[in-house]
Amino acid sequence: MNKIKKITSYELFLPIMCFILVLLINVIKTPTFFEVSIKNGVFYGYIIDVINRASELVILAVGMTLVVASSGGTDISVGAVMSVAAALCCYILAGGQQTINAYQNPYVLGILLALVVGVVCGCFNGFLVAKMKIQPMVATLILFTAGRGIAQLITKGQITYIRVENYKLLGANIPGIPLPTTIFVVVIVVLITNIVLKKTALGLYIQSVGINAKASRLVGLKSSRIIFLTYVFCGLCAGIAGLMASSRIYSADANNIGLNMELDAILAVALGGNSLSGGKFTLLGSVIGAYTIQALTTTLYAMSVSADQLPVYKAIVVVIIVSLQSKEFKKIVRGLKDKKADGRKEEQVA
Amino acid sequence: MEKKKLKLNGNTYLLFITVLLFIVMYIAGIIIFHGKGFGRFQVLLNLFISNAGLIVIAAGMTIVMITGGIDISVGSVVALVCMLLAWMMENKGMDAIPALMIVLVVGLIFGVVQGFLVAYLKIQPFIVTLAGMFFARGLTAIISQEMISIKNEVFLSWANAKIYLPFGGTVNKKGVMLYPYVYPSVIIALLILIIVFIMLKYTKFGRSIYAVGGNEQSALLMGLNVKTIKLKAYILNGFLCSIGGFLFCLNTSAGFVEQAKGFEMEAIASSVIGGTLLTGGVGNVIGSLFGVLIKGTIETFITFQGTLSSWWTKITIAALLAFFIILQSLFAKAKEKVNKVS
Amino acid sequence: MEQGVVLTMRQIGKTFPGVIALENVDFTLRKGEIHALMGENGAGKSTLIKVLTGVEEFETGEIKMYGRDGAIINKSPQEAQKNGISTVYQEVNLCPNLSVAENLFIGREPRRAKMIDWKKMNQKSKELLASLDIEIDVTKALENYSIAIQQMIAIARAVDMSAKVLILDEPTSSLDDSEVEKLFALMKKLKKDGVGIIFVTHFLEQVYAICDHITVLRNGRLVGEYAVEHLPRVQLVAKMMGKDFDDLAAIKKVGEQNNEEKEIIIEAKQLGRVGSIKPFNIQIHKGEVIGLSGLLGSGRSELARCIYGADKSDSGELLVKGEKLLVGAPIHAMQNGMAYLPENRKEEGIIADLSVRENIMIALQAKRGMLKLISKKEQEQFTDKYIDLLQIKTADRETPIKQLSGGNQQKVILARWLLTDPDFLILDEPTRGIDIGTKTEIQKLVLELAKKGMAVMFISSEIEEMIRTCSKMAVLRDGCKVGELKEEELSQDSIMKAIAGGVKNE
Repeated sequence: MNKIKKITSYELFLPIMCFILVLLINVIKTPTFFEVSIKNGVFYGYIIDVINRASELVILAVGMTLVVASSGGTDISVGAVMSVAAALCCYILAGGQQTINAYQNPYVLGILLALVVGVVCGCFNGFLVAKMKIQPMVATLILFTAGRGIAQLITKGQITYIRVENYKLLGANIPGIPLPTTIFVVVIVVLITNIVLKKTALGLYIQSVGINAKASRLVGLKSSRIIFLTYVFCGLCAGIAGLMASSRIYSADANNIGLNMELDAILAVALGGNSLSGGKFTLLGSVIGAYTIQALTTTLYAMSVSADQLPVYKAIVVVIIVSLQSKEFKKIVRGLKDKKADGRKEEQVA
Repeated sequence: MEKKKLKLNGNTYLLFITVLLFIVMYIAGIIIFHGKGFGRFQVLLNLFISNAGLIVIAAGMTIVMITGGIDISVGSVVALVCMLLAWMMENKGMDAIPALMIVLVVGLIFGVVQGFLVAYLKIQPFIVTLAGMFFARGLTAIISQEMISIKNEVFLSWANAKIYLPFGGTVNKKGVMLYPYVYPSVIIALLILIIVFIMLKYTKFGRSIYAVGGNEQSALLMGLNVKTIKLKAYILNGFLCSIGGFLFCLNTSAGFVEQAKGFEMEAIASSVIGGTLLTGGVGNVIGSLFGVLIKGTIETFITFQGTLSSWWTKITIAALLAFFIILQSLFAKAKEKVNKVS
Repeated sequence: MEQGVVLTMRQIGKTFPGVIALENVDFTLRKGEIHALMGENGAGKSTLIKVLTGVEEFETGEIKMYGRDGAIINKSPQEAQKNGISTVYQEVNLCPNLSVAENLFIGREPRRAKMIDWKKMNQKSKELLASLDIEIDVTKALENYSIAIQQMIAIARAVDMSAKVLILDEPTSSLDDSEVEKLFALMKKLKKDGVGIIFVTHFLEQVYAICDHITVLRNGRLVGEYAVEHLPRVQLVAKMMGKDFDDLAAIKKVGEQNNEEKEIIIEAKQLGRVGSIKPFNIQIHKGEVIGLSGLLGSGRSELARCIYGADKSDSGELLVKGEKLLVGAPIHAMQNGMAYLPENRKEEGIIADLSVRENIMIALQAKRGMLKLISKKEQEQFTDKYIDLLQIKTADRETPIKQLSGGNQQKVILARWLLTDPDFLILDEPTRGIDIGTKTEIQKLVLELAKKGMAVMFISSEIEEMIRTCSKMAVLRDGCKVGELKEEELSQDSIMKAIAGGVKNE
């Protein structure tokens, strides 16, 4: 009994169990799920596809985890910020034209400015949340709606195509390397974030501020600066994710890049065993959560659920998870248990 | 008494700014688009016609926001309502009235579920309604991924019944007197607005909504049942949302997945611009009506201007929302300071 | 029931896990009297009020009200209200966004044809307030009025809901003198109308200005009920603080050092903050333990917070080792060698979900900066050292601090600050809610630190503890520093006299 309790109380228990469950369903549905083949020196297979497709989500989940931990709120603008970053990158590279076959400006400049715009969006959110003390979700609601409008403004409402081979590399495979580039980007982002959190005191600061902002101030932390930083970082993550999404379709589609990603990112954080009211967090949990969601998405696609219909299932999962996390729910359950126990006692007495 | 005058009454200011903003914008429109007939009475009425649904939904949003909550599922629920109406009438051959009834029940169910999660499980309203938003939108796609146009005659007769006003007419080029008109949707919307206004101002329930938003703890100590009041507020909001969806559908006469995207933002923005505080406790539907009218005026500007694209509306609304949110935050800070010093 | 008595509480008992909160407490309230309920922290007065108003259940004893047959048991504040017992708290429990009239009538609005009759409601409100000599515009939102007026409105609401017993829980803490006057006028009027008022306050002046009787509680027990005119101030303070020395060994030798000649670590010149502490001067030398004495709410915590920058001061200046320091945030104070153990451990001290190790390391880490992470090995060494040194009882250094007992949590916080090696350590009620053994340990530790040259500011409601540890003492009353006592002057009598308002030597 004790052993079971020990295992279930392990912080990554929930995310890992969910992940295994989803993988099991996948294996049953498609026995070839774990098969990997090599065609033209590139790995192919379901599992590779899941890992590849999950890349944007993993990166967003990393940023979202920190935002949730520090402020107890979520950044719902990440999907829209992705589309802004993608739009700006393509606009710069295309020099304002709609379709190009050669870069009009240096590749690096486009990438850089896209990341900068992500950071700027993060600053805007961070300013509203940390300095103006506006509820995180209301603050990010502004960019959530305006973001796609801004992206369309940049691309003039058209889809900008970048028909240059090396633009596709970020979202595909670099010649000679058998794994998709996105995987490497994810590894780098997760590693760097993890190193920063572990090798500096930032991780401790974020948790401390998220758990008790008053006490944190008294031990010398600047709560609002830390919260601000997490939003900026979340914006940067959205920028990177936007670039990857844009590279996959070698274009900037303001309406569809990053669509519905905010819910997935929040779901990933919650699935990762992190409380949505802030405080202690595990980055690894969110990463596992993100892969779980992608595996789930792939499963649902395999069951011929369309992209438009997916949110229904995800919304149900979100509600179940947050209900389980809710203190009131636990109270109600405990109340029922007590009643049952009382009932039993009474029976015995009778 | 001197002291009292000095104190900022931010809430009245915000409403005042809103009404003034609307008037200034409208007059500016009349001057800028002088040649294009912006000043015609019908243009003003069109504001109501095209935003009838939003007026009702913003009223619902205002109620929820006064309790200190929020509902971002409204846009998706509108899409679901339109799709359900279209699907039931066109694909299932249902009559307009039973279809309407079912849709209203769907709105109620949404309100009950979301209200339960917020009031009784105490989950953040944002998370609950974010899930609701995706759920409703996904459900719309499950019903049909194709657009369904409504051809039901009864429904179209409701949609197209012009009601002419006996005044304010203009003579056209052919010398025929044209009286301005509205659709039934406008009448319904305004009626509901008045009912909600009276409800908020003159009923026990209405006042308890304000009390809960003002200070939950106090409301509890004064003997109010906070959980029930919140639940009821969300149910009412869900119901208003389905009515709003129906009115919206009268305008579009169709159901499709992408419908009413970003509608939640318009409703929230209208409410906030109309003086509803995000922190709860303050707000009224008349302000929200002006919020809607301001949004409508921006759209009209963009239409009249001709070369600006539609996404400008979203950006401007978001900018206005940001502006008003920051204004609220500044007012709150100023009030704190004044209170501290006195 | 006796003639003229509205409320009797007999032999009331209540325990919380591990603590006896109330033991055989009696309380009697007569018609038309103002009755002060006095006691220091943990005396049990708030528990008594909670039991009376149905916020907490009592375990033994009975409560009787005039006009009710048999004993009454209130299960909720609402039920207490129905029985004629209303409470007005320091933080007004009304809705700031609603109009004055609504706040008076919410839940029982006058209606006509099911609609709220605003005209009638405003009229009735005006009459009600006029009858209590409050002349204000009842249609304005409550938040437009000062706390004093808001409190009076809360009282008016309570009275109108036919309160026979009115409890005023620290109503004057945030009022200025003229506002207190107005409140007193209202109380006198209600007294004349026959309402029995229970007045909870820390301000002695006010007790003597308005009350008829005083009931004193200490450590959950009744000390006694006295008529005001028969209980001089000094005696009241003595009764509240308790004269009984416990038998803890004397741990300090008087007059061992002369601190006055040592370096001045902290000097405040006319430092103050509007609404919390009036401008004060203070000098703290190296190796000195300065006690801040005064009743709760006298400004003792506020003075400390002002120096540390927990609340930003808005007048005067602060000198650290002779150099002027602008404290904008606690981190500035920390960087200049200060440390602060706050009074409210749960809300401002512990970071509940973090481990013992993290809770100990966080202040030093914040001081060093984000980039200079203290290595895991070093962290463990530090943590183990202090767990050992302060004998912190914890399963493991990685145990979340919320799982520790109060005393051990306090030791962790203490360890957190000792680790930063401060020159000036502020301890605000470090021994509250802690077992007697740990108390002595903490007191000894304070003396040791002072011997090593640390300046310590020690705040406590227990006088013996202060005498045992402090080398000088500043006395505060009503948000103002009123005097200082030297080591040789420290005695129960002198301190109590000073707190009660006998000494004015500044």
